[in-house]
Amino acid sequence: MNKELFIFIIIASVKVLLVFGAVQFMVIAMIWLERKIMAHMQVRLGPMRVGPHGLLQPIADGIKLLFKEDIIPQKASKFLFILAPIMTVVPALVTFAVIPFGDTITIFGRSIDLVITDINVGFLYVFAVSSLGIYGIVMAGWASNNKYSLLGGIRSSAQMISYELTLGLSLIGVVMLTGSLSLVDVVNEQSTLWNIVMQPLGFFIYAASAIAEVNRCPFDLPEAETELVAGYHTEYSSMKFATFFMAEYANMISVSAIAVTFFLGGWQGPFLPPVVWFMIKLSACLFFFIWIRSTYPRLRYDQLMYFGWKFLLPLSLLNILITGLIMVIKG
Amino acid sequence: MINYLPILILFIVAVGFAVTNVALSAVLGRQKPGVEKLSPYECGIEPIGSARERFSVKFYLIAMLFVIFDIEVIFLYPWAVAFKSLKVFGFVEMVIFIGILFICYFYIWKRGGLEWD
Repeated sequence: MNKELFIFIIIASVKVLLVFGAVQFMVIAMIWLERKIMAHMQVRLGPMRVGPHGLLQPIADGIKLLFKEDIIPQKASKFLFILAPIMTVVPALVTFAVIPFGDTITIFGRSIDLVITDINVGFLYVFAVSSLGIYGIVMAGWASNNKYSLLGGIRSSAQMISYELTLGLSLIGVVMLTGSLSLVDVVNEQSTLWNIVMQPLGFFIYAASAIAEVNRCPFDLPEAETELVAGYHTEYSSMKFATFFMAEYANMISVSAIAVTFFLGGWQGPFLPPVVWFMIKLSACLFFFIWIRSTYPRLRYDQLMYFGWKFLLPLSLLNILITGLIMVIKG
Repeated sequence: MINYLPILILFIVAVGFAVTNVALSAVLGRQKPGVEKLSPYECGIEPIGSARERFSVKFYLIAMLFVIFDIEVIFLYPWAVAFKSLKVFGFVEMVIFIGILFICYFYIWKRGGLEWD
């Protein structure tokens, strides 16, 4: 019994480190890819100096930030100021615990599920954890003792809670079809048909809310530099700034992974190994983020709130009713 | 409960990573503080007044509306899980529930609760 527990912990730790490493690698890759793809969409070259085609640029940036001066403003609330980046990045990284990235595989006669853990309330876990990120942002805004930071932090939190509603509501249709809150069940259910076919409206609402939830263009109001300098992280420098940056990208990857799991069939797919399929779909979602960013201009704050409360919220309730009606009629 | 152990491991790894990150720059970066450097950033001019300003009451309203609607969302989760076995009964129940909510929603809308000026 004790030996079994020991092996369980070893396997869990290996999976945790693998996923953690993969997420870190993807964050670094995303920073380079975003700059490069956006540059090419705007007919420029982007980073070219460090390494072939600027491939080592994110690492150079990281080293630079590591040796930058770490400024804590005199008037700032020191404890909260330091705690804020930690509070932002940890929820972003912990979300990946329940996302299945592959089928069950067998190593040394032991079958291992390619998911860190399969809990029966995985869906609730994802939302509980991802909504914790708001605290870090509010803390950062308030603790900096700077007007821009405060306004950025408040705006950001108002935006995030508004879109969290529609984010949660958009996935209820999928839960109705699956009848389970476990993410592994959601993926297994989609072996014949992806949920995006059954829930096109749900996917649209999810996509719009997810972009707003992670504060990306065209909903990147909290960081609108023309009015708020850099929003809640105006006063942050050095690795603390880098930590916020990392959290933004990790959040982007996690909402994409959730989109893949809930709507795009997870790791399901023909011919290629499941993990490869998962990565292909994830990359497609991430590319979509960059594409949107270089296509649309930023919204005004009132437009953003109207869009969330007056358009997406009724639409997502309607989606639930339509899904319910069709399921009742079909029996 | 054993299923929650890996989450704890991931949590420890993530916290360790974040703390190291934040601590590392404090150790490695050069420290050369100055009065101007440590004052709040305000586009280059001297900071005016306190940053602990009052802000629009609208944000509080949004927070309250969020709490109301979020409770409703949480109520919908167990219903959605059990929907296949509830069938018509569950559907009618939820139509009534969402209907009542819609009345409140339009009341808020008409009273100008969602307006930004």
